Amino acid sequence: MNVIKVYGSGCANCKKLEQMCYNALQELQIDASVEKVTDLKEIMKTGILSTPGLEINGKMISSGKLPTKSTLVHWIQDNIH
Amino acid sequence: MKNKYFLPLVFLPLWLLLYLKLNSISDYLTYSILGLEKGGHLSNAIWFFIYEVPKVLLLLTLIVFVVGIIRSYFSPERTRKMLGGKKLFTGNVMASLLGVVTPFCSCSAIPLFLGFVQSGVPLGVTFSFLIAAPMINEVALVLLFGLFGWKTALLYASTGLLIAIISGYVIGRLKLENYVEEWVYQTKSKTQNIIEEKITFPERIDAGISAVKEIVAKVWIYIVIGIAVGAGIHGYVPENFMAALMGKSAWWAVPLSVLIGIPMYSNAAGIIPIVQALLEKGASLGTVLAFMMSVIGLSLPETIILKKVLKIQLIGIFIGIVGVGIIIVGYLFNFIFA
Repeated sequence: MNVIKVYGSGCANCKKLEQMCYNALQELQIDASVEKVTDLKEIMKTGILSTPGLEINGKMISSGKLPTKSTLVHWIQDNIH
Repeated sequence: MKNKYFLPLVFLPLWLLLYLKLNSISDYLTYSILGLEKGGHLSNAIWFFIYEVPKVLLLLTLIVFVVGIIRSYFSPERTRKMLGGKKLFTGNVMASLLGVVTPFCSCSAIPLFLGFVQSGVPLGVTFSFLIAAPMINEVALVLLFGLFGWKTALLYASTGLLIAIISGYVIGRLKLENYVEEWVYQTKSKTQNIIEEKITFPERIDAGISAVKEIVAKVWIYIVIGIAVGAGIHGYVPENFMAALMGKSAWWAVPLSVLIGIPMYSNAAGIIPIVQALLEKGASLGTVLAFMMSVIGLSLPETIILKKVLKIQLIGIFIGIVGVGIIIVGYLFNFIFA
């Protein structure tokens, strides 16, 4: 099962990134769950310093950035089983 | 790849041309196209608007683009690495400077604070970063430069840096670590290395362009409103309307403006209409800048977020020290521009 996690405690970009993930998955016809992690301690465990953080299948891909649509699609394609 | 360079190469000369010709374009539009007569209240106001709006927007676009490229060389993770184990003072100076160029959003203040402190960046150094990052930002500088000249912008940046350096240093010297919530020091965060892909220069140009799209799209409306306010009250509200309240002779104006500014929260662009209106009507520069610094540098919502990780005493000390710094800067400006 592919798991995408979006780390962030509710900033505007965090919500946007989550939505972008859903859109990208639908477009790519990939089956994956998208989890939003809002717990501060959970976020800190990952070691990221700025939100939103994006993790695909256990690999931290980016933090503090809102990628473009095409970049996000690439990230998903490269890291999905 | 070639077309990545194409865009800046075409726009830069165009930008320069437009910027240099703005004066005559505004003349032409106001007096020839609109047929207004020189010297009247209305035509002055309209000329001011037609000239200032594109001028400030042009400046903003260029600076945000350049800053976007500069910021692509920095990340909070890298900044943390540079600040780890730094001594007081040197660390405070570095943190304040890095605060200006590191991409930062106040919504990430908590993870950033925790990440810094838990990996061994001293508390005072972390504070220097957290003070400088919101207070000295490119939008504030462009607006001050565009509307009030380079001296004002430079003084704002340098005194802002001084406040960040000194406040962080004082907080460091006071050894306030026990006013940080206990759990913060109990957890050690791992310093995860996000695989940093090598960024090519065309990609940095992209970063600059997307910064322009994001920031200019967000703030242009405030700028237009700000300048419209400036143009509108030009000559319609008595010149010294604010002088008694916020002029140089009112010694209590500086601390009062800072007190009023703390609970207010706005981005740099949103505050400019108010700054413009106050200055236009006889408020003194130091008082207005102190107000602006306290609105964008010290915000109650942000400090309430910090309550999760800091005890109330430390938040009080933080606001107190920065507030006093801003008040001193206000008086200094009033004194210099007397």
